[in-house]
Parts: sequence; C-alpha cells; structure tokens
Amino acid sequence: MPDVQPLVSEFVLKLKRRKVEGSHAVARQTAELLRSVVSQHRMGSTNQAAALADAIRGVGEQLIAANPIELAVGNIVRRVLHIIKEEDISSTAVGIEGLSVTADSDDEYDSGNDDHPTLSAAVLAAHARNALRAPSLQTLLEDIPVNTGLSRSASSTGDSDGKSGDKSSKSRKLKHDVIAAIGDLIDEIDTCYDQISEQAVEHIHQNEVILTLGRSRTVKEFLYAAKEKKRSFRVFVAEGAPRYQGHVLAKELVEKGVQTTVITDSAVFAMISRVNMVIVGAHAIMANGGVIAPVGMNMVALAAQRHAVPFVVVAGSHKLCPLYPHNPEVLLNELKSPSDLLDFGEFSNCMNCSTQDGTLLNVVNPTFDYVPPKLVSLFITDTGGHSPSYMYRLIAEYYSADDLVVRRKSTSS
Amino acid sequence: MSQKKSRGGGGGAAAGEDPEDLSRSPLQAVLLADSFTLKFRPITLERPKVLLPLVNVPMIEYTLSWLESAGVEEVFVFCCAHAQQVKEHLAKAGWTGKAAAREMTVTAVESHDAISAGDALRVMYGRGVIHGDFVLISGDTISNMNLQDALQEHKDRRKKDPLAVMTMIIKHSKPSILTHQTRLGNDEIVMAIDPETKELLYYEDRADGSSLYVTIDKHILASNPTLQLCNNMEDCYIDICSPEVLSLFTDNFDYQHLRRHFVKGLLVDDIMGYKIYTHEIRSSYAARIDNFRSYDTVSKDIIQRWTYPMVPDVLSFGDRQEIKLHRQGIYKASDVTLSHSAQIGANSVIGNATSIGENCKVSNSVIGEGCNIGKNVLIHGSYIWDNVIIEDGCKVSNSLICDGVHLRAGATVEPGCILSFKVEVGKNVVVPAYSKVSLLPQPSNEDSDEELEYADTNSGVTDSPPFSSMRSADHPTVSDDDDLEASETGTCGVAGYIWANVDTGVQEEWRQSIGPIPKDKLKELQHAASFDDDDDGSEDDLNNRPTVLDQDDDSDVSVAEDDDYSKFEKEVEETFQRALDGIHQDNLILEINALRLSYSLQHADCAGALFHSVMRSALVAAQSTNGSLLKTTAEALGKWKDLLRNYTKSVDEEMEILLKFEEMCQENAKEFSPLFSKILPYLYDKEVVSEDAILRWAEEKENADESDKVFVKQSEAFIQWLKEAEEEDEEEE
Repeated sequence: MPDVQPLVSEFVLKLKRRKVEGSHAVARQTAELLRSVVSQHRMGSTNQAAALADAIRGVGEQLIAANPIELAVGNIVRRVLHIIKEEDISSTAVGIEGLSVTADSDDEYDSGNDDHPTLSAAVLAAHARNALRAPSLQTLLEDIPVNTGLSRSASSTGDSDGKSGDKSSKSRKLKHDVIAAIGDLIDEIDTCYDQISEQAVEHIHQNEVILTLGRSRTVKEFLYAAKEKKRSFRVFVAEGAPRYQGHVLAKELVEKGVQTTVITDSAVFAMISRVNMVIVGAHAIMANGGVIAPVGMNMVALAAQRHAVPFVVVAGSHKLCPLYPHNPEVLLNELKSPSDLLDFGEFSNCMNCSTQDGTLLNVVNPTFDYVPPKLVSLFITDTGGHSPSYMYRLIAEYYSADDLVVRRKSTSS
Repeated sequence: MSQKKSRGGGGGAAAGEDPEDLSRSPLQAVLLADSFTLKFRPITLERPKVLLPLVNVPMIEYTLSWLESAGVEEVFVFCCAHAQQVKEHLAKAGWTGKAAAREMTVTAVESHDAISAGDALRVMYGRGVIHGDFVLISGDTISNMNLQDALQEHKDRRKKDPLAVMTMIIKHSKPSILTHQTRLGNDEIVMAIDPETKELLYYEDRADGSSLYVTIDKHILASNPTLQLCNNMEDCYIDICSPEVLSLFTDNFDYQHLRRHFVKGLLVDDIMGYKIYTHEIRSSYAARIDNFRSYDTVSKDIIQRWTYPMVPDVLSFGDRQEIKLHRQGIYKASDVTLSHSAQIGANSVIGNATSIGENCKVSNSVIGEGCNIGKNVLIHGSYIWDNVIIEDGCKVSNSLICDGVHLRAGATVEPGCILSFKVEVGKNVVVPAYSKVSLLPQPSNEDSDEELEYADTNSGVTDSPPFSSMRSADHPTVSDDDDLEASETGTCGVAGYIWANVDTGVQEEWRQSIGPIPKDKLKELQHAASFDDDDDGSEDDLNNRPTVLDQDDDSDVSVAEDDDYSKFEKEVEETFQRALDGIHQDNLILEINALRLSYSLQHADCAGALFHSVMRSALVAAQSTNGSLLKTTAEALGKWKDLLRNYTKSVDEEMEILLKFEEMCQENAKEFSPLFSKILPYLYDKEVVSEDAILRWAEEKENADESDKVFVKQSEAFIQWLKEAEEEDEEEE
C-alpha cells in the first residue's frame, strides 16, 4: 500500500515532532488514518482479514514508536484490530448462510450441533461477536436464550477464514464493514464528551463544591452539562503549574456562569476539606485502574484520600489502555523543556559548565503523574461509571487479548 | 500557520508546483553547511562540521528538523567543504530524494570555491532561487524557537520600512564576569539596541573585555534619544533576511563574514540606510556551535532538555533504536550491555550496542553507538563517538574522542583533548591536556581547499583593519604557522600527529576547549578582577579611562578622527601604490569605497586622500627620474583624472582636493609649493576641479590669516582669469 505511506509518514512525523498532542486529537487522527489505510488496502483472495490486520499492525507499529507516550495511538490501533476480527467473524457467519450451512459444512460444526440446522445468520453473527469477548455482565444478560453448545460452535467459526466462496463480494463486504465500524469508532470518540456529560447530574448535586486540577475538556463539558441542568455548585480550580491550564479553565467556567475559585496547586491540601468531590481528567487509564494524568494529580488524589473525598476520573473510552503500567513515573512520562519553569537567561550563569565541572543546576519538568488505582474512587466513561477494579473487564470488551503487543507478524498467519 | 494548514491535507510534494503558490512565495531558508572556520580542526579535515554527532545525532539533523517544524518549506543547503559527504547524508536521512511525505523540500547547492559565508550568499544570489524573505542559518545551530512571531514582526516592519532588511534573533544569556565570554565560549557581545523599535545600532563581537570600555560613534548617541547597551545578549546566528541581503552581498564583494563585515558594514553605512532589527526570544532555545566549548555546553543543554523536542528520546534519526530516558537524566538505548558493577552517573547518554565493563564510572558523558569499554574505566564529561574501543583501566576526562579511536589499557586522556578519527593511544600513555591528535598531518599552509578560513578570524586585535581582505589574502593566512611544527607522535605511543595550536591565536586554549576552566586559571582571573575592582576606586584610573561619556569636548573626538583619517590616508596610499602596479581601476574604486566604509568617512575624504596619493606618486616619479616635477605631476593627473573625477561629484569634494593640495604644499610636500599656481590650471583643464570650486576656495580664503593666503595670492592671476571668464559667460547669456 504505497499510496497511504505518505499519509502515514506525515502523521508519524507530526507525532514525533509533538505537533499533535492530547489524547482526543491523537485518537481521532489515528482512527482517520487507519480508516484510509483500510480503504486503500487491496484485498487479496485469501486470508483477507489477516492481511488487513497485518497492514494495520504494520502502520500501528510505526505510529506507536513515533510517540510511545501518547497511549491513545496504541489504543485506537488495537481497537481497529479488534474491529477487523469482529467483522471477519460476522461476515464469515453471513457467508455460512449463503452456502446453506446444513449441506457441506462438516468442518464447521461438531456432530453435537447438527440439531440446529435452521440457524439464522444474524443470530450466528451476534454470537460470533460475543464469542470474542469473555463473558461479561452485560453480555450475560443479553444472551440468556443461548445455549453453550451454540456459542462453542460459533467460536469455532472464528478460525475458519480460509473458506472458499464468492470471495470478491465477501471481501468487499468485509472491507466495507470495517470502514463503517471505524467510522462508528470515530463517532464514538467525537461524542464521548456528550456521553460522559449526560451523567453529570447524577454525580454533581446542589450546592456541592468540586475541585479540579488543570484543564481537561472532558471535565469542562461535564461541569457545563451540570450547570445547564440548573445545578448550582462551586468549583475550585488548581492552576496546574507549570502550564497553568487551570487559568484557561477558570475563564471558560466563568463565561458559563459557574462560581469559580482559582487556587495554587500547593493549596489543594488546605482546600480539600471543604470539597465534596474531586473531578479530574486523565491522559490514559491503565489496565489495572491506575491513571496517567497531568503532573500534580497524585498529590490531589492523596489529599482526597486523606479527607475521604471521592476522587472521580472522567475519560472517554479511547483513553482506556489495555497495558499494565511498569515504572510509569519514568517510562510513561515525558520530560518537557525546563523553560516552562524558569527563564534560561536568568539562570544561564548557573549552567555555565566552563567554570564548574558539569552543571550543578538540574531542572526537571515532567508532564504526567501516575495515580495508583487505590486512590481512584470512580471512573466515568462514555459507558457509565465503573470502579477501578472493573477496568480490566471493560478493556476485555474493547480489545482482544492477542493484540496487546502490536507487532507485524513476519508471515501472515 | 495558515500556510501549513492549507497544505496539511497531504500531497505536500505537489503543492510546490502550484502556480498560485508562487505569489504567496513559500518560506525559504539558506542553510550554510560549512562554518568557514578552522575551529573544529583536526576533525573537520575528515568530516564536515555539520555532520559531527551532537549527542549522537549529526548537527545538521537538529537544524533541518527545526526548520521543518518551524514551517519552512524550502531549504537550500549550501555545501562547500566535503560537499559529497553532506549530500550523501541528506539523501540517506531522507531529506532529499523521493521522500514525498516531507513538507519541506531540501536542495543541495554545491560550490567549491566559496571561502566564506559572503561567497556562499553570492553564489545563492547567482542561482536566483530566493524570491522572498528567507531564514539564514548555519548547519550547526540548535533551536526550538517558534519562527512565526519573528517572521511576522519582520514582515510588518518591512511593510512600513522597506529598508529593514534583516531581523537578528538574540537571546538573553549572562556572560561570565571573570572570563568575559559567554557560556558558549564566544567573546561577549556588546550591542546597542533602540528599546522602542528594537533596531540594532551597534554591534561589537570582539570587544576587548580586559579594557572594560567600548567606543561608540557619537552620532549614534546623538541621533537616538534612548539606547540600550547590553552585554548579556547572545547572538543566535539565526537571521530573517529580505532578498536585498543577497544583493547587498553581491554589491559589496568584500563582505565575507556575516557579522564582522555585513552587520557592521550596514550599521556604519548611513548612505543606503539599511536597518537591522533584533528579536529577542525568551522561553525557547537557540544556540550555535562555534567551538568546542559550545559543543560541550549545547550537548549539556540538550541532555537537560532545554531544546525539547530536539532531545535524544524524541528526535530520531534514520533507523536508530529508540533511546529511553531514565531517572537523573540518563538516556539509554535499548540494547546496551551494562555490567552490574558499572556506575552510570547523571546526565549521560549511552548509544545503541555499546557495552560497558565492570566497575566503570561514567558521568556527564555521551557515549555513541557500538563502543566497547573495558573494566575499571573512568569516563567523565567526555564525548565518545561511535565504535570506540577503550581498554581496561583507561581514564578519560573532558575530552572529545572521535569514531574508531582505540585507547589501549591504562591510557589516560587529560582534559581538553581532541582525538580525531581512528587515532590509537598506546598502553599507559598519558595524552597531555589540550592536545589535538589526528592521523592526518597538520597542513603547514592553510591554503587547502577544504574549510578555508577567512584571514583575520583569529588574529584578535590586530593593526590591520577588518576590511583589508584583498591585501591580506596574498599572505599566508596564519602567519605564525611555520614555527609551530606538527610533531609526529608515533614514537611516544600515540599513532597520529599531535597538532600544534595555531588557530587559537591570542586566545588561550582553555577558553574554547571542552574541559572546564582550570581552577588555577579561575583563581588568577578572580585575582585580576579584584585587582581591577580596587583600581576602580582610585580616581586617577577613572580619569585615564577614556569612556565614551567622558568625551564631551570636541577636541578629543576630533583628535580621534584625525588619527583615523591619517590611517585611512595611509591605507589609500598603499592601495594606490598597488594600483600603480597594475590593478584595474574599477577594483581600485571598490577597494577605496570599502576602506571608506570601514573608517566611516565621507566621499570628500576619499577625494582628498586619493589626490594626496596621486601627488605623492608624482613626487616620487620626479625624484627617481630627475624629471621636472611639473611634468610628472601633469602626467600623473592626466593618468588618474578619471579616478579622481569619480570622487569629485560635488563642489565640496573638489574643495577638499584644493584644501588638501594646499595642505600638502604647506606641510609634507613643500616641493609643490612654488608650482601651486601652475598645477591649479592643470587641475582645471583636466576637469578634476571646476571653476566654481576654485572661486569658492578663493572666496573662503579671503577672510583667512595672511599665512593662509599665500597660495591664493600665488594663483591670483588664474583666479582673476576665471572670474572674467565667468562674467563673460554671463554676459553672453
């Protein structure tokens, strides 16, 4: 697919140069890029799903390497891989119907399943989709009338993508479905703010005091939504040094008529006893329920825990990362230029290495903090509120387990 | 930004040919991939400076990445020394060639006869590829600044005042009080800036730090009500130029150095009235690697992430393995082999496929790719490039070690050393501090066609004026070269030549070396500084110090001007002498013009000085051939009348000639005095002076002292005749 390579390299370059930052923008652009990769992909005659997944993996690998800190890139790549798998299974299921399942599908069905010849393709597809997911609370409720034998049979269809049949129409259908599903994904990313803020009134009550740190668009929309529903509440905004995005948020909140107080980050402990709830945004939510968030967040979480104030994280589902954090303070962090903290000119004589050996002055400017799961009370995503211990389950719904490491396989299997 | 957006959708390569793009004139940049100095010798004998690795990435990568992220759309890389290597690198790194995804097109421009930045820009002008405002930068500049603001400022200013041809980027940085040099090892720069308009009024990059005063032309003080003098600014060597800059370089073919000649030339030239403005950057970073000291400093700044996003773990080059940042500023590539007992100290970088043995201590250092470091090695504050082998028990401190160097067991490299490519150091050999070792012998004469250095770059404070390039080009560029011979060091355990220090000139070697300034030197300076401070207290010293502000009375200034003028006159005479030897007249005029600019004198002064020279030549000719003075004078005037006429455009200048002539007759060439009245008609005949000038001269002299009237009286008859002729003319009309 040489035609998409320029697009890919352009985006890789943007990521590398840190021209695109912020989970939302990154997630959206990644999804759009992958959609065009899929639409440009030339479908072969066999193994289309695997080949397509491989192409996505190849692109995904480059994108992830370009900025490993932006976890949203990897999330979207994995979501797309998952979509391909799902669509492949459902299209295979449709194919089965076309070929009239009863006649020559011995390889598909165990002898024990022969008593279900009138299986409708739609049901089969639905079960195939479910088969990819481990059983969960929601699917359990949906799937009451399904017997175990059927789901077992459906799961076996997932492996049979080498079927002969009218491939061209099927492949076109697969591609079309995948593109449509990625379109849905983009819609989901776009509408996550609305989905989350719909839940605002359930959480923010009359005359409450909310504390937040820095500026998160999700938090802003969340508070806006509560305000629109005629809730009256007050907001403390910690300014979020050294980037001071809190100032921007305060301005935006005041424009909407929210009673706002700006405090320094270091005043959080002093104010927390007056606060009813802490609502913050996140950069990423890890599989263990830990949160990667703007620097200073860990301190806020600790303060909240100390005073038993609920610590609520609002984040779209594209921020859900299926990886477990290892040494996140260092490896999932990014140190920015010290010029945010202090003026180079004023301190240039402290860093003069001609008069002293090595520089005595070091300035560290990390972007992110890691908040361990035990400090988080609740996650609010576009699918509702969840506790940190439930995160792994949510992740299992969005991602397939074998995609956790995005690496192009040497031979398409 | 809007420009970028419009191209953002992709197909960036095709947009270049868009016809409507031409009217918008894409943002261009000229990148000089040659420093035109010898400061990085001996390394630059084998590899161009812009390809030297800075924290394991070639310098030019930083510059190009920055230009690309700053929204520059077209870059012309001017290659001179090692042009082939630069071009190969550009192709390999995907800047040139078919890399369609790049938003920036990179074109290599090759020229081998350019020996200075000025030549390079003249070549660029000749190509005619620069259409609009462009960024002028050299390939060794590291920056992360946002160009848009500076560019917008420049454009807005241009709209109001088309003479604002250049915007210089400057940055606040405190120079060391003791050494009077910046962190980057350059001398401190004294600039005078108008605080309102940010116009640059005065620029001196080699102010004599020891004497603690600067001399500023008084008309700068007179014409600017407010003036900000600063010595805490650093010149980033990033310039936003208008296309006129290129033509200015072409018009003044003796402009070589961007700052010393071009900037100063524009500042003293008040005829064209071109203006230079400054743009100060505050939070972003910009620095140019000019010497080994700045190499060290900038490396440390990069490791400290001041240059973000141009930092090792973000900026990637080629197919390099990614580098991860660990605590305390330690950067490690993914497959480094580290012994458990090895200690990696803060602010270090370790490249891919490097192995470090037991009990090694590495601190504040950069180690490249594929290096093999044995046991018990101490590495401190050093820069070790790729594929270096360091055997057990070596000690390396504050040195630069190039690719493929082999240090055998127990070798010690003392601070400030430069070991060039593939040098081998024997067992237990101590390389003394500040040595430069290379496999290539030191060229005895600096006329190689590699990086040619402009002649007086390092001569510090010399008597020769900066514009006398034509003259000094005849001589070997570095004169004290011959007595410092390169010694072959094979016998003492080092395979290579130890280079003698030539290019540091009057500067002491510790100033621009990688190593920190030795303690005893610092103490010395401290002592000197405190001594100076004591002096400041005593009154007589204050009186002795000729500060600018003290020069209130005119006599002082005029003395200085006279002094200048006599120097100028001497220069002109010397130039004229060479003209007698057969230099073309056009060149002579250009040279004299250049001299005039460098001394900031008037056209009239030129006329006077030139006339002086002509008359002297006539005098000399008369004495040598025993011919009559009148005859030789007539001949000389006949021969050079065109030249003189070139300068006698107005009556004032002609007057100046007459006054000069008078002065000569009275003072240093009394031989002419009896002939004054006879030569005057000659001057009139040859149209060197007009009758208006003569009459005005006579008029002015009427009120003068008797002694001054000698020559007027002598030529009374001629003046009378002139007057009558004039009256006749009027009558005829």
